[in-house]
Amino acid sequence: MSTPETPGMPESAVGSENVVDRRGFLRGLAAASAVATVGDAVSPAFGQQASGAGTAKPAVRRYPIDEPVGMLYDATKCIGCKTCVVACHEANDLPPDTRRDPRYDAPLDLNDYTKNIIKLYRAEDGETTSFIKAQCMHCVDPACAAACMIGALQKREHGIVTWDPNRCIGCRYCQVACPYNVPKFEWDSATPKIVKCELCNHLLADGGQPACCRVCPTHAVIFGSGEELLAEAKRRIAEHPDRYEPKVYGEHDGGGTQVLYLSKKGIPFEKLGLPALSEEPVPERARTIQHSIYQGAIAPTVLYGLVLAGVWRSRRSGAKDSALEQEDSE
Amino acid sequence: MSHRSREIQPVGGPLWTRPFKILLTLAGLGFVLIVWRFAVGLGPSTGLSDGYPWGLWIAFDVVTGTALACGGYAVAILVYAFNQGRYHALVRPAILTSALGYTLAGLAIAIDVGRPWLIYRVPISVGKYNLNSALLEVALCVMAYVVVLWIELMPAFLEKWKESERHGLRQFAEKTLPVLDKALLFIIALGVLLPTMHQSSLGTVMLLAGPRLHPLWSSALVPLLFLISCIAMGYAVVVMESTLSSRVWGRKRETAMLATLSRAMIVVLSLFFLLRLVDVIWRGQLGLVLRFDVYAWAFLVEMGLTAVAIGMLLRKGRLHNAGYLFQAAMVIVLAGTVYRFSTYLLAFRPGSQWSYFPTVPEILVTVGLVASEVVVYIVLVKRFPILAGRAPVRQPA
Amino acid sequence: MLPLHLLAETPDDLLDHHVDRRDFLKICTMAAAAVGLPASAAAQMADTLAHGGRPSVIWLSFQECTGCTESLLRTSHPGLAELILDLISLDYHEALMAPSGHLAEEARRQAMEKHAGKYILVTEGAIPTKDGGIYCKVGGQTAVEMTREAAEKAGAIIAIGSCASWGGIPSADPNPTGATGTPMVLEGKTVVTVPGCPANPYNFLGVALQFATFGTLPELDEKGRPLFAYGRTIHEHCPRRAHFDAGRFAEKFGDEGHRLGWCLYKLGCKGPETYANCSVQHFGEVVDAWPIGLGHPCFGCTEEKLAFRVPLHQTAVIERPTPPDTYPPIHADRGGVSPWATGVGGAVVGALAGAGYMASRKLGEEGSETGPEKDEEARDVDP
Repeated sequence: MSTPETPGMPESAVGSENVVDRRGFLRGLAAASAVATVGDAVSPAFGQQASGAGTAKPAVRRYPIDEPVGMLYDATKCIGCKTCVVACHEANDLPPDTRRDPRYDAPLDLNDYTKNIIKLYRAEDGETTSFIKAQCMHCVDPACAAACMIGALQKREHGIVTWDPNRCIGCRYCQVACPYNVPKFEWDSATPKIVKCELCNHLLADGGQPACCRVCPTHAVIFGSGEELLAEAKRRIAEHPDRYEPKVYGEHDGGGTQVLYLSKKGIPFEKLGLPALSEEPVPERARTIQHSIYQGAIAPTVLYGLVLAGVWRSRRSGAKDSALEQEDSE
Repeated sequence: MSHRSREIQPVGGPLWTRPFKILLTLAGLGFVLIVWRFAVGLGPSTGLSDGYPWGLWIAFDVVTGTALACGGYAVAILVYAFNQGRYHALVRPAILTSALGYTLAGLAIAIDVGRPWLIYRVPISVGKYNLNSALLEVALCVMAYVVVLWIELMPAFLEKWKESERHGLRQFAEKTLPVLDKALLFIIALGVLLPTMHQSSLGTVMLLAGPRLHPLWSSALVPLLFLISCIAMGYAVVVMESTLSSRVWGRKRETAMLATLSRAMIVVLSLFFLLRLVDVIWRGQLGLVLRFDVYAWAFLVEMGLTAVAIGMLLRKGRLHNAGYLFQAAMVIVLAGTVYRFSTYLLAFRPGSQWSYFPTVPEILVTVGLVASEVVVYIVLVKRFPILAGRAPVRQPA
Repeated sequence: MLPLHLLAETPDDLLDHHVDRRDFLKICTMAAAAVGLPASAAAQMADTLAHGGRPSVIWLSFQECTGCTESLLRTSHPGLAELILDLISLDYHEALMAPSGHLAEEARRQAMEKHAGKYILVTEGAIPTKDGGIYCKVGGQTAVEMTREAAEKAGAIIAIGSCASWGGIPSADPNPTGATGTPMVLEGKTVVTVPGCPANPYNFLGVALQFATFGTLPELDEKGRPLFAYGRTIHEHCPRRAHFDAGRFAEKFGDEGHRLGWCLYKLGCKGPETYANCSVQHFGEVVDAWPIGLGHPCFGCTEEKLAFRVPLHQTAVIERPTPPDTYPPIHADRGGVSPWATGVGGAVVGALAGAGYMASRKLGEEGSETGPEKDEEARDVDP
């Protein structure tokens, strides 16, 4: 039974709790992936088929993702209790950030101690407010993974972007690339790591879920399959157009993200710190340029051949010149 | 006699001059600060942050530093690709400056990255490469180019060692020189190919910042612009280095040669200017210049300096004045430096809540690295046959 | 609750006291509920006790103020009378028992003999260890000897109060008697410690009655403290926690914040470092009858590292910092630029520019090339 007045309660069951059990979403995905695997190169962005009337050109998915999982954060349900912040610390063995005030875990933003944070947006009128949960967006085509030269940051199982300490040299190109400014660096460490949300992938075996989703008292953030979450997000907008901004952030933004956002009506996503991005995946341009120059190493090889010819000819004429000089001096 | 004056030989003379001691002190200070940086981490030692993960060491030491070290590349293009053999005397000192510059850029990278103990994995982890990453290309290419440069410089060492009293060195030199001579063809060609690749990739690198890169610098032409700009800077550094070392050590003046070199510089600079302007107009971003904010001014400064340099070089009559030529070269170097700083630091906009300025230790490390480069340059130039010119006043020690 | 003078009568008199079955069951139910035992415990308790299975309790007193016993006197669920008459057999308690002197000691030994392996040994007060433990002797025996002797055949050992748990106030610096807690003199034995100054009587009752009813002990932490009472810090279950999270602190006794009942952290409250349940199980069965409830900061009476060691008004360390009741904005201002750095940077750039200009002037002074040099060059340049 739909009870719109009850805050925080899910209006329909996305699974019996808001966790889609593994079997459930595998089944659901089997149906979706049948469509997705057709025409892989120009396949629709995952979740595209649920959007109904295609309002925009589908983004090109670069990385085929098996059984993508994600989160859906509904800002209208969040009460800013920050239990997700505490749970994230505990699940990821992170120390509380007491650097600003020894009494509290009070970071100003994501940082080397904080993989998940709740921020508050307050409009100029002082009245309109919204909480926003910030963590890694687990993009469909992540800029950080495109940046990382040695594959330390990569999209791995279920599309979760994880960091490998055995490869990372700490060059921080991922920090330059990410449009959401997510990867953080341990600046004060002699052996620094890159720190960012990895969807608690160490807990997902045996039907687990990310710690933030597990503890949220209002189910403002829920975990599930990418397909189902997008469908749920759209359903909420359709059923309560007066409550929500008419857009699911992350459906196509920057090529799409696996963490989706719903905002309160009247609060555009940019105000919440989610940048306005085109549908083109963020790394597309740089990647295209790099590929077109270096594809198959053709251009470098041709250039090398040309230069080799030039050098050979120059040295030969140079040898002739110095031979002439020798003759002159004798 | 005229031939001997063209001979390439060590400058000779004492090493421990006052400027040398000052430079060595600066270099020493820089290295002490480097050790401290590794002990405390990048946070306390630099002004870097999560908003500005790249700062002075990347923008200057690596990106600008390698461009300044493109003298060898620029001269090699002229001598070998355009068959201008008369510039041959410029090659070896240019290669030295390049070798030192690139080695120092490599050192700067090793200092700047957070987990340098894993750098060794970059060249060997072939199966793990992310071929989408422009930075991979830069890293591998720069590593290879450093090796190439030192090989190209080997003849300078081998020629001296061939005359050495030490039997081992003499034998080594005698055996290696002919082998090197044969391989040099391929090495020199690599020395033209590799910088073409990585200097352009250095431009592509910043494009991954996507919407966070200011539109005046965010263009598909960035790799080409970086390449052209580095060639101009390479020439300019060759000019500066050549005129300075002639003056300081009383070597033969190459001013006439350099003056004709300026014709090539005019072409390169004009190409940069036009391409940049057309690109901005074509992409419809010219309006941003009219805002006269800091971005607009940076753009105007870059273009203005380039135009001034072209203007200076066009005054053929004055080009035979070494001082004038030096000034023109300075303007070119400045233009290219501003362009690179703009692309990597100014145009990168993580959000107005972030700001960056290098800390004092960060600056001193850069100063120390440059000073150490000059120190090594002086040592090598004085002890090995690198510069051409008159016979030295005193025999080398 | 029987008046005290009645307890001074002989043991036989006590045995005459009758309780009908209904009242008896009520007592058991209240006792079970009060200490968190399951509802089934009441029936089980009644059953065990009806068959004459009142467990024997040997209560030893050493360097104590008797506050923990007094604390126990103030319970009513069960009251002490119900406890000692119906639920347990208090076979030795120096303050409450009728006999004294050698008679008392003899009664103790007999009880220990008779109920060997089953009796509950309770210790109250610290045990001095210096100089062979002579600073507390009862009936010619040192406290150490007495404890060890009694522990030999005890079924369970409970140390009530901070003094018995780790030394308490007698162990405060300079600790002239070498006072220490019961677990420290009973190496290798499981000692349930119920610290507090005084201990909350229901914490003790919970342990004692569980053992009496089921023969088991509750889950203990590494210090032997039952987790049902000492598993959380005061800070984690404090009614004033919302004030802490919101940054509302009393700064001085009697100021507005103090009157409004704000957090006492700045007045030195040790709640963040103190494991106890005073915030939920108040004292004297009066609501808010506990230190913070009365407006005084907790001083960490259960904790060896805090009580009688750390100054009352020294602020505590927060062991598990959690987010405050404030929120960072969407874009918090970060960073600033050091004027020193700007200065040095400017100086370096200036120096380079200046040096470059000077160099160019010097180079220019040589003038344009004339004379033999130029000619030489003209000849050397390739056509």
